[in-house]
Amino acid sequence: MRRSSVFHAAGLASAALLAAVLAGAAAAQEADASLLAGACASCHGTDGRSPGSIPPLAGKPFAVLSAQLAAFKAGEARDATVMTRLALGYSDAELEALARHFSQIEP
Amino acid sequence: MISRRNLLKSIGATALAGSALAMPALARANGNAAGRVVIVGGGFGGATAAKYIKRRAPGIDVTLVEASGRFYTCPFSNLYLGGLRDFDSIGHDYAELTGRYGVRLVADLARDVDGAGRTVTLASGETLAYDRLVLAPGIDFRWDAIEGYDEAAAELAPHAWKAGPQTKLLKAQLEALEDGGLFVLSAPADPFRCPPGPYERVSLIAHYLKTHKPRSKILILDAKDAFSKQGLFTAGWQALYGDLIEWVGLSNDGKVVRVDAAAGEVETEFGTIHKAGVLNVIPPQKAGFIAHAAGVVNESGWVPVRAETFESAQVPGIHVVGDATIAAPMPKSGFSANAQGKVVAAAVVAALGGPASPEPVFANTCYSLVGPDYGISVAGVYRAADGKVVPVEGSGGLSPAEADAAYRRREARYTLGWYAAITQDIWGTAA
Ligand SMILES: Cc1cc2nc3c(=O)[nH]c(=O)nc-3n(C[C@H](O)[C@H](O)[C@H](O)COP(=O)(O)OP(=O)(O)OC[C@H]3O[C@@H](n4cnc5c(N)ncnc54)[C@H](O)[C@@H]3O)c2cc1C
Ligand code: HEC
Repeated sequence: MRRSSVFHAAGLASAALLAAVLAGAAAAQEADASLLAGACASCHGTDGRSPGSIPPLAGKPFAVLSAQLAAFKAGEARDATVMTRLALGYSDAELEALARHFSQIEP
Repeated sequence: MISRRNLLKSIGATALAGSALAMPALARANGNAAGRVVIVGGGFGGATAAKYIKRRAPGIDVTLVEASGRFYTCPFSNLYLGGLRDFDSIGHDYAELTGRYGVRLVADLARDVDGAGRTVTLASGETLAYDRLVLAPGIDFRWDAIEGYDEAAAELAPHAWKAGPQTKLLKAQLEALEDGGLFVLSAPADPFRCPPGPYERVSLIAHYLKTHKPRSKILILDAKDAFSKQGLFTAGWQALYGDLIEWVGLSNDGKVVRVDAAAGEVETEFGTIHKAGVLNVIPPQKAGFIAHAAGVVNESGWVPVRAETFESAQVPGIHVVGDATIAAPMPKSGFSANAQGKVVAAAVVAALGGPASPEPVFANTCYSLVGPDYGISVAGVYRAADGKVVPVEGSGGLSPAEADAAYRRREARYTLGWYAAITQDIWGTAA
């Protein structure tokens, strides 16, 4: 996948449509972060119990997770790689919900 | 309506899940969903859907049809070719799905689908009835696309684009290659399985050749003019392998139109003949045959789906995930198939009486190793709008072009971490 094709496609989708989709997602996840969290499991393991070199998320304090996610999104996390790019795909409310979700899972 | 049989089953499974699973509250809340789901294909998309349907709603009857008892992943098969992993380490089984989640595994091939009657016929002749069908068959090859390249030719000039005997054949040929020999890879036009895959493959084969046969060279003949992470790959090749790798794109006569597998020769569009010591032909592709049998494929050879649920745009009751689908701008990757499998799980549970599915969010990251300590990636976050997959503006993108060696080293380490995590997430087997 070339970067240019991503941004080309992004240009095709109307900003208003995306905004509406984002708002809908933010509302829906308050009740159920499980689908959002699925995307994290591909790298952090099922329920954030990482089996490898990517840090685990399960059971970490909410305040820590939410501060880390905010730092990724702001581009302020030191030595970060992919999280800086991924965190930009989520609303602040979604990142809160994800932080809460993983903090409530037994490590 | 929920039958007594399904209800009892659901209660039993929920009790079991309550002690074993991490999200008992969620499982109970969705546990009243019931019905029969058949999933065809136990690869990245299908096995994910099976596990996540059971996690959401243990009361649903899930039957997984997959012919092989052990699944070998294409991801990391390039590390095997480069001498960085053994073959066993990329194999995964279905013990977690059957033992912990109660998925019924049927070791057979699905031969036909009756979308109106909602049944799947197996090669054995047995028929499975379903309320929802999930097809995750991956790809098949277009054996008629390149003159001279058919299934028999692939026994001489392997594609190694499905992991298994083909991968081992290519590895054996590389080991037999003389120092100073030429490795030729023919890459297809878009769309195809794993856009960065051919370029990661030549990278790790370059690593092997540089270490063991330093006088050898690599030639990539490409049917397109640009490829995934091209700038990052090209810079990495320069840094690690000098001029060992040469890439010839479409405009420079890179498109292979004829293969003579016995002679190890290919002919390009404008008549140039290249003779290889080892020849790897990755042919053009299409959705797996069962998708064609089910009537969900359109004239492109791939499956149009509604992005909200990954349900077929052509046949109701059938969801399709993974490489078989038209999901661009999401690439055909194992990561995408894993993400789509979870969205389908939520949609299937909703369709069978569970709560409405939340708005889907998909992520993808394609990691590639240019060398053992040199990792690069491209990431994306996507949502559904109007039936289509759309990228979230401003998210995702490539590893920085200017990153230092420490950054490349970290991404190489995370590439290994990603594989351990996604295979654990799908098959429960940490590699
Ligand atoms: C060399 C290479 C490297 C790659 N590296 C990466 C990587 O680093 N990261 C990444 O994300 N992706 C990578 N990929 C891509 C990845 O392999 C695919 O995108 C992924 O396998 C797609 O998942 P799927 O579920 O659609 O198909 P598959 O994983 O292929 O699963 C399909 C399964 O269905 C079975 N099946 C098919 N038809 C039937 C039938 N009729 N009845 C029963 N069973 C059937 C097949 O036998 C197979 O087991 C790579 C691919 C290659 C070739
Ligand atoms: C492509 C793989 C990948 C995906 C997908 C992914 N992460 Fe990460 N995550 C990483 C890596 C790698 C790091 C280490 C920081 C870095 O290099 O960016 C990390 C670090 C983190 C950290 C900091 C942990 C620590 O202890 O330092 C948090 C929190 C986190 N991720 C949350 C998430 C959440 C929530 C999601 C899902 C929305 C997610 N991640 C999806 C790869 C991923």
